[in-house]
Amino acid sequence: MCATCGCGSTDTTIDGKKVHADATHSHGHEHDHDHGDRHHHDDDHHHHDTDSRTVSLEEDILAKNQLLAERNRGWFAGRDVFALNLMSSPGAGKTSILERTIRDLGEEFPVAVLEGDQATTADAERIRATGAPVVQINTGTGCHLDAHMVAHGVERLDLKQGAVLMIENVGNLVCPALFDLGEGARVIVMSVTEGDDKPLKYPHMFRSGQLLLINKLDLLPHVRFDLAKCIGNAHEINPDLEVLTLSAETGEGMRGWYDWLRARTPQRNAA
Amino acid sequence: MHELSIAKAIVDSCVGRAEGGRIVRIRVEVGQLAAVLPDSLQFCFEICAQGTAAEGAVLEILETPGLAICEACGESILLTSPFGRCACGGRLKIVAGQELKMKDMEIA
Repeated sequence: MCATCGCGSTDTTIDGKKVHADATHSHGHEHDHDHGDRHHHDDDHHHHDTDSRTVSLEEDILAKNQLLAERNRGWFAGRDVFALNLMSSPGAGKTSILERTIRDLGEEFPVAVLEGDQATTADAERIRATGAPVVQINTGTGCHLDAHMVAHGVERLDLKQGAVLMIENVGNLVCPALFDLGEGARVIVMSVTEGDDKPLKYPHMFRSGQLLLINKLDLLPHVRFDLAKCIGNAHEINPDLEVLTLSAETGEGMRGWYDWLRARTPQRNAA
Repeated sequence: MHELSIAKAIVDSCVGRAEGGRIVRIRVEVGQLAAVLPDSLQFCFEICAQGTAAEGAVLEILETPGLAICEACGESILLTSPFGRCACGGRLKIVAGQELKMKDMEIA
């Protein structure tokens, strides 16, 4: 059984290995707020079991994820690690942005990467080629990363004091929005080849982020994408969202993103 | 389909607290701004409950409406999506409708 979370097997693999596949479920000590009385429900539910009792639960459904996320957050804080949760639809350019960022900033501060995908190690191999430590999490049927997967992912990662940890979530603008990983900031990536109404279509995601990177700026002359309108839509959903435009291909605008990162890197702040 | 993870979280938590009893009903509160589809959650719940103490249990979903208050004029506004603006132009602060909570369960 896993000491981090106490839960059992999933179809998640980390660098190809099952996450404690032989584990059995154990949920530690439970606090049932059971009043011991027998309730008869005189509402219109058709299960009049005379021996039934009601157990009060009163907790957030995602409480367990939240707890693990807070544990991750503490773990990162203890190592001065700045963790980012990068989210986008598939193909917006998260991995390309990371490749360029590591090549440009790798000397300045250590960057490590957790790669989340349903399948393949393709993205981890791209990151490995830059020389940065990387662990691939394959979620199997899962459509998002959760705090549990991240906790196990970082165990296998050579994460240096003061590092920037880039957690590349599964390409999906819906599900990842609900799951706190323990990150210090959420970065949403979209590209000019997507619709400028995307923030309005996926409000939960755009509302949850601190920074929006609009990528593939080099393609702007060739596509029907109204940049000002897109930024306006993003601010309609989240007035506090910072927006930067860039191209991971040409390097245009990458400087703004690097400055944003530098301003938040613990080592730089201490220097 | 994050509803699958949510359904699994509900089943895991309830089964862990059922102390070997059979769960016949679980009540959850889902806010209309919580980005969770009740129909989808029902579907996923049935699948996740199979072979557990919650198999066959009724999942009762109480939907709570989205409510925001205008930060400028204080007006209360009902919301169906998690954004919007007050008629006065003020920013909205969401005060209800984002709940994702387990209320109680009935054990036979």
